[in-house]
Amino acid sequence: MKIVIINYGAGNIQSIKFAIQRLGYEAILSDNVAEIQNADKVIFPGVGEASSAMTKLRTSGLDKIIPNLNQPVLGICLGMQLMCNFSEEGNTDGLGIFDLDVVKFPKSVKVPQIGWNEIGELKSDLFKTIPEKSHIYLVHSYYAPLGDETIAESEYALGYSAALQKDNFYGTQFHPEKSSDVGAQILKNFLEL
Amino acid sequence: MLTKRIIPCLDIKNGRTVKGINFVDLRDAGDPVELAEIYAQEGADELVFLDISATEERRKTLAELVYHVAEKVNIPFTVGGGISSVEDVDVLLQNGADKVSINSSAVKRPELINELVSKFGSQCIVVAIDAKQVDGNWKVHLVGGKVPTEIDLFEWAKEVEERGAGEILFTSMDHDGTKNGFANKALAKLSTLVNIPIIASGGAGAISHFTDTFVDGKADAALAASIFHFKEIEIKDLKQELKKEGIPVRL
Repeated sequence: MKIVIINYGAGNIQSIKFAIQRLGYEAILSDNVAEIQNADKVIFPGVGEASSAMTKLRTSGLDKIIPNLNQPVLGICLGMQLMCNFSEEGNTDGLGIFDLDVVKFPKSVKVPQIGWNEIGELKSDLFKTIPEKSHIYLVHSYYAPLGDETIAESEYALGYSAALQKDNFYGTQFHPEKSSDVGAQILKNFLEL
Repeated sequence: MLTKRIIPCLDIKNGRTVKGINFVDLRDAGDPVELAEIYAQEGADELVFLDISATEERRKTLAELVYHVAEKVNIPFTVGGGISSVEDVDVLLQNGADKVSINSSAVKRPELINELVSKFGSQCIVVAIDAKQVDGNWKVHLVGGKVPTEIDLFEWAKEVEERGAGEILFTSMDHDGTKNGFANKALAKLSTLVNIPIIASGGAGAISHFTDTFVDGKADAALAASIFHFKEIEIKDLKQELKKEGIPVRL
């Protein structure tokens, strides 16, 4: 299986590479369009700020490539947020895959949310064998609200999307690569879709 | 519900753990990677590695350590100690660190916080603050608490937040090593003044101290070193007790 982690200069991708390695698979980092298009699974990572990450995607032309991929694609953290219509962080348009606008958490809670929270209302094969109320690790100041594409819910001041899915596109707000055995299983489920 | 985090801290010198570690089942008590894996299995929510080496090779040794930890450990970890530039942070994050913590370098040049935040994002920048009370006022101290400054803890915490730090790791030098509990009054005040997560450090000696720092100190996470290393408290037992007290934890 050919697994490509999109390398566009945004974030800690080493951890994702290692997590995949621990599952017995190998992933390559690439910004090459043909390589991404020919992969069996594509992982779209991202940490940092939304508008500057979108600028990097536009500069490399990847903003046109990613929404047209046909194989399973998994956006992680900022990667998931960039797959939405719009982000309030830097007021930037996203890739428009998920029909949601990403907004900032209210000041009634500490921002960023850092740590382990629960996921529930699990809906997709991504969560095969994962029990309701499992804990996953998140670090984020902005969130995607609940919507039709929500496949996992979580709560911090309010309910938000912990994971999204539309057709072959998946996104997790949490970091499966850092979410202990639960995260490893979710990553394995994705690779075995 | 977001859970309260338990964070063991490992002191590192030349790529090895320094504080005496009392793990009978450990093949090599000085191997930080093996120790990190054990803590992850026992239910630690996060790990902190604090590098205290002072050699020429320290940057390279630390980067290698980070790489090997990231390779094996599936929970987040923070690296601190002697970090003073954008380049330092870049190397550590590229090798797989999730967060870095800066301390003295931020006090000496607060703009460093802004520079790191704009390049890497708030989520991975932790500012560690060491403080103790001088004539009843909390003052920031440098070099592991040895050098006093005139800077007020609470003023500095507010500035750190304004400059974009994602989290504060507050160590009370008055409590550190005493095993008499965390600095809960100061911690609670910090939590009302700033709206970023606060990690409590210094003073852990009993399970009840953790309950107190989460309830009275309003801390979001609690860090400790020797009580975990010497197995005075097992993380699993600690979390079970916290749960009984009604504190949200990940079991």
